[in-house]
Amino acid sequence: MEHIVIIGNGISGVTAARHIRKLSDKKITIVSAETDYFFSRTALMYVYMGHMKFEHTQPYENWFWKKNRIELVKGFVTTVDHDKKTLVLAEGKELAYDKLIIATGSKPNKFGWPGQDLKGVQGLYSKQDLDLIEANAPNKEVCNRAVIIGGGLIGIELAEMLRSRKIPVTFLVRENSFWNGVLPNGESQMINEHIKEHHIDLKLETNLVEIIADENGRAKAITTDKGETIECNVVGLTAGVTPNIDFLKDSGIELGRGVKVNRLLETNIKDIYAIGDCAEQHEGIGNRRPIEAVWYTGRMMGETLAQTICGKPREYNPGHWFNSAKFLDIEYQTYGWVFSERIKKEQEKHFHWRHATEKICITAAFDKDSKKFLGINTFGIRMRHEIFDRWLTEERDIDHVMQYLKDANFDPEFYAHYEEDIISKYNSVMHTSLSVKKKSWKRIFSKA
Amino acid sequence: MKAIKNLGLVIFLIGLTTFTVVPVLGTFSLDQSTFDQIIKDKNIKSDVFIQSINQNVVGKDFNGMLSLSPTITSALDAANNQHKKNKEYKKVIYTSGHDMAALIGKKSGAGLIAQNKGLMWFLTFGLGIIGALMFILPNVILLGKKGIKNDGVYHESATNRGWIAWMVFIFLVSFYLVLYFRPEFAVNWTFLVDPISESLSGNPAGHWFVYGFMYCVVMTVMAVRMYIKYRHNVYQMVRTTSVLFFQIVFAFLIPEIMVRLQMPYYDFKNAFPLDYDFFFQWNLKELLNSGGIGLFILVWGVVLTLVIVPVMVYFFGKRWYCSWVCGCGGLAETLGDPYRQHSSKSLFSWKVERWLIHGVLLFAVVMTGMTLYSFFTESGTILGIKTQSVQNTYSLLIGAIFAGVIGTGFYPIFGNRVWCRFGCPLAAYLGFVQRFKSRFRITTNGGQCISCGNCSTYCEQGIDVRAYAQKGENIVRSSCVGCGICSAVCPRGVLKLENGPEEGRINPTEVLLGNDVDLMELVNKK
Ligand SMILES: Cc1cc2nc3c(=O)[nH]c(=O)nc-3n(C[C@H](O)[C@H](O)[C@H](O)COP(=O)(O)OP(=O)(O)OC[C@H]3O[C@@H](n4cnc5c(N)ncnc54)[C@H](O)[C@@H]3O)c2cc1C
Ligand code: SF4
Ligand code: SF4
Repeated sequence: MEHIVIIGNGISGVTAARHIRKLSDKKITIVSAETDYFFSRTALMYVYMGHMKFEHTQPYENWFWKKNRIELVKGFVTTVDHDKKTLVLAEGKELAYDKLIIATGSKPNKFGWPGQDLKGVQGLYSKQDLDLIEANAPNKEVCNRAVIIGGGLIGIELAEMLRSRKIPVTFLVRENSFWNGVLPNGESQMINEHIKEHHIDLKLETNLVEIIADENGRAKAITTDKGETIECNVVGLTAGVTPNIDFLKDSGIELGRGVKVNRLLETNIKDIYAIGDCAEQHEGIGNRRPIEAVWYTGRMMGETLAQTICGKPREYNPGHWFNSAKFLDIEYQTYGWVFSERIKKEQEKHFHWRHATEKICITAAFDKDSKKFLGINTFGIRMRHEIFDRWLTEERDIDHVMQYLKDANFDPEFYAHYEEDIISKYNSVMHTSLSVKKKSWKRIFSKA
Repeated sequence: MKAIKNLGLVIFLIGLTTFTVVPVLGTFSLDQSTFDQIIKDKNIKSDVFIQSINQNVVGKDFNGMLSLSPTITSALDAANNQHKKNKEYKKVIYTSGHDMAALIGKKSGAGLIAQNKGLMWFLTFGLGIIGALMFILPNVILLGKKGIKNDGVYHESATNRGWIAWMVFIFLVSFYLVLYFRPEFAVNWTFLVDPISESLSGNPAGHWFVYGFMYCVVMTVMAVRMYIKYRHNVYQMVRTTSVLFFQIVFAFLIPEIMVRLQMPYYDFKNAFPLDYDFFFQWNLKELLNSGGIGLFILVWGVVLTLVIVPVMVYFFGKRWYCSWVCGCGGLAETLGDPYRQHSSKSLFSWKVERWLIHGVLLFAVVMTGMTLYSFFTESGTILGIKTQSVQNTYSLLIGAIFAGVIGTGFYPIFGNRVWCRFGCPLAAYLGFVQRFKSRFRITTNGGQCISCGNCSTYCEQGIDVRAYAQKGENIVRSSCVGCGICSAVCPRGVLKLENGPEEGRINPTEVLLGNDVDLMELVNKK
């Protein structure tokens, strides 16, 4: 019986294992160092905030693995020997494989800041980081102030976490507006405002210079490139992540920033594959980056690779881009591509609408000439994935999207609707006279 | 703000403490004419009992129910024993000792409580309401911007099965035990609400009136809490208003007013088989003897269960009843909201749930079958089993212990829908319809789920919502009461409760939207 060994029990490794089990009878082993069982990294913040207990972040009950004959080994892989097809674990134990899937995820970036390894300085990625933040910042008496470095999605989550315990937070962001490498200006602006509403001390265009230690080797302050010194007890490093692949350095597996894979998710070495955060495509697919460090792409790679491993070779061929996040109280969803002003192409035009009083807005991107709809960002309005996926496939134009926006609304029942408002602004800036079409179940559920 | 909250808590606790000690306070003195009236009303034939009460109770002052109750129960037991021994069955008293004590206590109440109803109402209910509101209202400001407000749920003793939760548990369970099994200790409570009862039905309050009144008060106060906590979610606001309305108007006011109008006491929204004694002989007789309105109620009750309920479930899901109308659901969604996370999500619990709830449904149906058989054939037994004793068993085990003591008493430990999930026969019936013939579903938004688990954690019905959402499948489960909280707490906007065409309602998927279109088609085709 063929033995499939997976390193990493994150979403990508576990999805691959589950699908291989569905498709075959192969022996499956998952080796992972972090936790005994798969948990949802995306939910770490909710444990600290007291919304959930850690056990709630585990999507499967503990008996699941045995029942599905997925063997779990807790251990850290130090070496991959592809000639002998074996792994060496930290305690020296060896494990033979027939096929190996590398799904080792990421680790927080550290850019060589002085003091980055002091006590009280940490990232937010793993279960251990969660335990650490609980110890470093149990309350505002122990932690009088925290400084967060790096304005991305994890940074804002960390800020929200600390604020839930009333800990004062200073948030250093390199850009001149929050996440404006990704978000268009209007949206980025709105999030800036919202961050301040939550009493987070947002410092834009500010970089970390140094973390200063006290006599016990604990962080006690930081200095910024604006010449400021900020006293603090905790420093959160959330300036992005990098593939967690140091242990593969001398393995002979081709590495870039991540493990290099082709569209079949194969590495340069036969029978070794990589998926999830740690995989790097030789070339980005479409507008995607070569390394996609998000939850659902890890899952999709797992779904795809299982087919290949079980004798039905499949290329990783993701559909239209989508994603979602939450900035404090504001939900964000995106479908298709909306680029920020900083990187968007000349052809891409935006239509932006923002609610007069509430923190609600949308930005729709379209082609300047053909009016082809390219993508949408929504803040504070939920949208139906299926509908936008279909519109993107059908290459609808922006007028169509605006008229049928009600079909795409996914807010709970009784919520206020903004389609009329949106389209009237659209009409005025685009000099059109479109009107909103009534929601139709028939359209929503018709399979294109 | 914090100070107001703390002061509110203190005031609330004073009210609660007063309420808790009231049952054992007060003076009772029974005079001869009152007792004679009771003998006449209750048609008491036991000379032994009458003599014993005349000797030991009439004309004497009793300090608190703790001293009055044993005197009466033991007199009643002794009398009954003697009559049974002497085979004087006509003289046996079938009212239980505790009910008798409650009856006599109610008629003989004197002293502080009975004479200061208004003041005592204020010191119990009044302080409770004021204190609770002072505790809750500052949250408008303290909770900050509108959004999900679950910070600290698992850090606080009250909501994480800590000592406060256990105290609440003990209080609630004791309260229900008194209500069902020691009504004489509720007598002093009834004095507090006599004026309200008299203004509604014209009669002094019984202990079920206390319960009904308290139910409305608790729901109203806790609804205020819901409005503040879920102010970002209009669905929750509308739904809370609806359950509150049905509780106050349909379950509380209308029945009381009907009594005033010489009509039968009836809650028009309480559907059989939740209303398990609807077909009991005494009820049918009462209805049949009440003329036009009685007949109307009879027809309404049958139509409600057989037509209105299933048709509405077809269009809107069982939520229209369970979380928009029902009284049990109403309490669970207001008083029970802080405890919703305690429902077990394990597969094991789901198995237990299916056996138990369908077992209760079967029990209710069989019992009602026997009842109707007995009613029409006028025979008290079927196959040697006494209909009456089956009814008594159901009333005790299911009606009192399961629905009351466990159903509500266990809120802080097992979550707020224990009864609705494991016991309610009406829910089981609605569940069948919802699962097999309904337009309701919770739509999963394509591939957006990040498996965080908020939805499952806060599902009061113990549904592992995430298990469906992370597979891109819609949630179509018989037990879902459509409270909408899973959708409210999802940080990624993945879930939407909606009514739509039946086709495609259940959509098993393996590969989720967003992946390779061909692969999705290949794997997901059934
Ligand atoms: C706080 C936080 C919030 C996030 N929120 C979102 C979100 O909202 N939406 C979204 O799309 N994405 C989010 N992400 C990103 C998302 O969680 C990741 O993309 C995803 O978890 C990657 O999954 P993976 O399976 O590739 O790797 P991982 O989940 O990182 O799993 C890899 C596992 O392998 C183990 N491992 C590594 N090396 C070895 C070794 N040598 N030997 C043994 N075991 C090893 C690691 O310990 C780890 O347990 C978030 C990430 C974080 C940290
Ligand atoms: S699945 Fe959602 S709507 Fe249904 S009972 Fe659970 S939380 Fe409520
Ligand atoms: S709360 Fe939302 S994102 Fe989280 S597991 Fe449930 S459906 Fe998925």
